[in-house]
Amino acid sequence: MIQIHHLKKTFGRLEVLRGIDLAFDQPGITAVLGPNGSGKSTLLKSILGMVLPDGGQIQFRNKPIDQLGAYRKDISYLPQIARFPENLRVAELIKMIESFRPQVSRSTELIQHFGLESVLQSQLGHLSGGTRQKVNLVLTLMYDTPVIILDEPTAGLDPVALIKLKELIIQARKEGKILLVTTHIMSLVEELADRVVFLLEGRIYFDGKPDSLKERVHEPNLEKAIASLLSGGQLTPLSSNPPSQTRMNGKAIHSILKT
Amino acid sequence: MLRIIRYSFADLIRSRWLYFYTGFYLVLTGALFFISADLSKVIVSLMNAILFIVPLVALLFGVMVQYNTREFTELLLAQPIPRRSIFLGQYLGIASALAISFLLGAGIPFVISGIFISSEIWNFSILLLSGVLLSYIFSALGYLLALINDNRIRGFGLAIVVWLALAVIYDGLFLLGLAWFSDYPLENAAIFITIFNPIDLARILILLKLDVSALMGYTGAVFNQFLGTSLGMGLALIVLVIWAVLPVSMIRFISLRKDF
Repeated sequence: MIQIHHLKKTFGRLEVLRGIDLAFDQPGITAVLGPNGSGKSTLLKSILGMVLPDGGQIQFRNKPIDQLGAYRKDISYLPQIARFPENLRVAELIKMIESFRPQVSRSTELIQHFGLESVLQSQLGHLSGGTRQKVNLVLTLMYDTPVIILDEPTAGLDPVALIKLKELIIQARKEGKILLVTTHIMSLVEELADRVVFLLEGRIYFDGKPDSLKERVHEPNLEKAIASLLSGGQLTPLSSNPPSQTRMNGKAIHSILKT
Repeated sequence: MLRIIRYSFADLIRSRWLYFYTGFYLVLTGALFFISADLSKVIVSLMNAILFIVPLVALLFGVMVQYNTREFTELLLAQPIPRRSIFLGQYLGIASALAISFLLGAGIPFVISGIFISSEIWNFSILLLSGVLLSYIFSALGYLLALINDNRIRGFGLAIVVWLALAVIYDGLFLLGLAWFSDYPLENAAIFITIFNPIDLARILILLKLDVSALMGYTGAVFNQFLGTSLGMGLALIVLVIWAVLPVSMIRFISLRKDF
């Protein structure tokens, strides 16, 4: 579904992504992990075309992504920060986002799920942080899309809302969707993730099942495994260079294959 | 894009600041009528206020709304709609809300005082048209400044600098220059320099229509003498429209290349 080849991005002097190769084809939940500033959000935003890469390519359904963004109808995205136009009402905002997509929305069901009926007519500027995040979740999850990208979905949620969010994530996995999630809450990763991608300074250091990450560093839980990855110095990026290189001069073509 | 314009407009039209802005024009125009019943005098007084205030408020609104909707823009960018519709739609929403707010505030007192049965109706229309054009031009400049500068303080600072430069300093430097080079024929240079300031252009447009030569100033007189009233007005209007289109195409250019 999503193929990323040698993705590079620099902000000023800061190299945020240094040649990322990734593919998301199998249904399931992938946790994209890494410390602050490791490039998680930039990676996810690149898939949506919000960040424009300096190098490499991203393909969605085998086609390079474009600026017109019609491909985005198959992706749901939860932004990290939930801030909306302050003077609009919740119901108006939901209606407006619904008008951008051709799909049928299940907003009514989700509004009930998160108990937002009472704030539908409130202006968005008057909502608390947690309630705004619930609105954010409704806006994201109201469509039946094959890909769901959640950037820090648990921020500001109370325990009840968190349980409800987990239910929705598990339900989406059952429906065979591809979910990409960033979070700092390792218990959530341990509970839900089928695959972990660990990013550090713009490179991928681990890509595989959570269990094999724990085995690799001989730690019983994921939180410690990640901490040990960061501190233990046993870090080597998976692939920072293209697997093959082709050079051409006047007379000959050199092809270098790395295995 | 229409949907974005509609939401942006709906959000802004309910903002307290915009009510305040409309109220300000209502009070100002009402007060001017209270002082003088002469429509023509009220138009000239109002013009001076409009040329100062419309650019300032439009610049600040453009900057403010762009910054305030940054996070929401991210949500919009994730929807299956093209980038250019998001940014042009937001801009047009802001500019239209400002323009309508200005039209209502400045227009209602004139309607009450019987502008429709007065011979001043065309002068008044030109005044309103200038205010609307300035709203579009300066909110585009403000929006553009905020889009280019991620640092909010710098964005607001630059907006103030642009306003000071065009509304205050430009005329001063212009006069100094005229005095300095008074031995030379300056007519063409004066027209040329005026083109770079939309506020001056709007002033000339209104004064040519009002035909108040005493208030026209040097460039106004030059416009009148060399181009005649209708050609002068036509030129001023065309350049103003170019002023409105240029920043918008810059917004489009930048928004297609920016990371969010």
